[in-house]
Amino acid sequence: MSVGGIEVEGREAVAAEAQLDTANVEGRTQWQLTWRRLRQDKVAMASLVVILIIVALALAAPLFVSITHHPPNVAYPNTGEDVAGNPVGPGTNGFWLGTDGTGRDLFIRILYGARVSLFVGFVTTAIGAVTGVSVGLIAGYFGGVVDTVLARFTDAVLAFPYVVLALALAVVLGPSLSVIIAVIAFFSWAAIARIVRGQTLSIKEKEYIEAARSLGAGPFRIIFLDILPNLLAPVLVIATLYVPIAVVFEATLSYLGLGIQPPTASWGNILADAQNFYQTSWWYVVFPAAALLITTLAFNLLGDGIRDAMDPRTERVFAAGRARRRRRRGKRQALADGGSDVSHVVPSVPPAGGS
Amino acid sequence: MSAPAGDDVLVRVEKLVKHFPVRSGGLVRRTVGQVHAVDDVSLSVPRGKTLGLVGETGSGKSTLARCLAGLIPVTSGRVTFDGRDITNLPRRAMQPLRREIQMIFQDPYSSLNPRRRVGAIIGDPFAIHKTAAGAKRKRAVQELMERVGLNPEHYNRFPAEFSGGQRQRIGVARALALRPKLIICDEPVSALDVSIQAQVLNLLADLQRDYGLTYLFIAHDLEVVRHVSDSVAVMYLGRIGELGPRDPVYGSPRHPYTTALLSAAPAADPDTAAIRKRIILAGDVPSPIDPPSGCRFHPRCPKAQPLCSQDEPQLEIKAGDAATHVTACHFPVMAGENLAAVGRSGSS
Repeated sequence: MSVGGIEVEGREAVAAEAQLDTANVEGRTQWQLTWRRLRQDKVAMASLVVILIIVALALAAPLFVSITHHPPNVAYPNTGEDVAGNPVGPGTNGFWLGTDGTGRDLFIRILYGARVSLFVGFVTTAIGAVTGVSVGLIAGYFGGVVDTVLARFTDAVLAFPYVVLALALAVVLGPSLSVIIAVIAFFSWAAIARIVRGQTLSIKEKEYIEAARSLGAGPFRIIFLDILPNLLAPVLVIATLYVPIAVVFEATLSYLGLGIQPPTASWGNILADAQNFYQTSWWYVVFPAAALLITTLAFNLLGDGIRDAMDPRTERVFAAGRARRRRRRGKRQALADGGSDVSHVVPSVPPAGGS
Repeated sequence: MSAPAGDDVLVRVEKLVKHFPVRSGGLVRRTVGQVHAVDDVSLSVPRGKTLGLVGETGSGKSTLARCLAGLIPVTSGRVTFDGRDITNLPRRAMQPLRREIQMIFQDPYSSLNPRRRVGAIIGDPFAIHKTAAGAKRKRAVQELMERVGLNPEHYNRFPAEFSGGQRQRIGVARALALRPKLIICDEPVSALDVSIQAQVLNLLADLQRDYGLTYLFIAHDLEVVRHVSDSVAVMYLGRIGELGPRDPVYGSPRHPYTTALLSAAPAADPDTAAIRKRIILAGDVPSPIDPPSGCRFHPRCPKAQPLCSQDEPQLEIKAGDAATHVTACHFPVMAGENLAAVGRSGSS
């Protein structure tokens, strides 16, 4: 798993570098504007911080093992279980978040579960994004028969009842990390491909594409230099929103016993074990469930934040709610002051006004 | 049929036809019709001269330009450039010709990729044709920027940081980079303010003089075309109605459509405006999917006769015109004839 963890870090670094490189050459001002808007979005920034903390904790899992001296897969029947053989609670005998059903350190196992979840989340999203962008670009740019075949295949994949099919595949191929990644990646590229195809079709009609063709640029030069940079923004947003979906999907498969196999820790299989103990040991359910919830929530909120920062015209749920509350408060205030309804006088706050 | 037969013709278009299939929706896309965008058009552009192409939106001007630039395949006909047949050349065979035929586009906002820097955009021709790289390319790009009146220091800026006129200069610089022989200007000033239009037109004129460029200049603004062109072709619904040197076409137009177009242009001089009678054409431009029989202009023509709906007029020299001035009309307009007083569309 440690190999997996390092690999996540490596891919991330490469991706970040590539991003930075494109930004320098192609569209720094666009990215700068986005970043400036994103920084003013408190919810998104908090989510980003939470994600960074979770990633740091996952990467530092071996460090915590060296502090607690509790490797993830070692059971402690003497200190980790009470007389009746049940898990011990948080803070008991040096188990920060208590122990699980077989007397293992729950905190350490959640950290190692995070490594699996994040690895699956990032890798499947990366595979899905690369595949989806390639398929969408090729279908959208070349059109004709190529487009018909690829677009119909994409629709077919989207139409699959994916949970049922994923379960069937996991059963047939046997549960393992690579099968999980393959299954989740297979179901995540299609939606990206469809969006990229649509974007490509609209960008293809721009005059600068025709200008490039009139200069003699080949299809790959046009795709990479003229179309792809204009697609990075929507793809980044979708990718951010796909990470939590993959994390939950992995947890679901593991929970059903078709994902990560014990003794390797995964949030899904920890929760599956925990359901036998929920009446006696609340911590056993609450902490892994909270980890899953916080992670998916943070990615979703960050994705929303990035989308809003890239397109300030989209209405934000929170901002709109705030504006509504502000209007209502203004109305109440006015009623209290003057007694008559002067809601038409209260200036309405534009929804995109933000913080 | 014949176009102004200069001795040294750079581009010759013969019987060019471009139809776009109209397909039905659904899984099996049957062709249900054809848009007759360009139908049997012949013309030629002498080396170092400017041919102005005017017509309403949808008359096929831009389609003709794209056929010439090799951007879309032609349905039939022949395009000859500098003595070579370049009709429907495959991409690779077309590649060397791209250096000689360039285009300037209408919309200075959509013709420059917003994600790329100006230096990269103008440097593209050098990169694609591998004629210069590195510091040499940068120097060439900066020279071009200076030549078209841009500050070479702005090499690293994005298109969004320039005004419409400056953006069009970027487009001109890009087209000029490989020192082409022919530049197809597809409504290069239509999107610009009038004051900026003049600057860009003067720039194009300077470049033509300095580099001996040949222009195919497309516009719907008659005054712009009069200003830049040596000869003029008037298009209507995919066909050429009248073709000839600038002065006779503007001074004594023979095709009723040309006459109507000229009467619609606002006159700068109020005295002229007061005398001139505007010809109001009845109805809209018919659908190019199902163009009218005979003369395509006959449903709207104030001089239309039964013959016009049956027999298609060919481009011919009309009585009293020079050998280079041809008109496709059975009943050409006579000098001094007042079309505004004729027919149902006369009242204004």
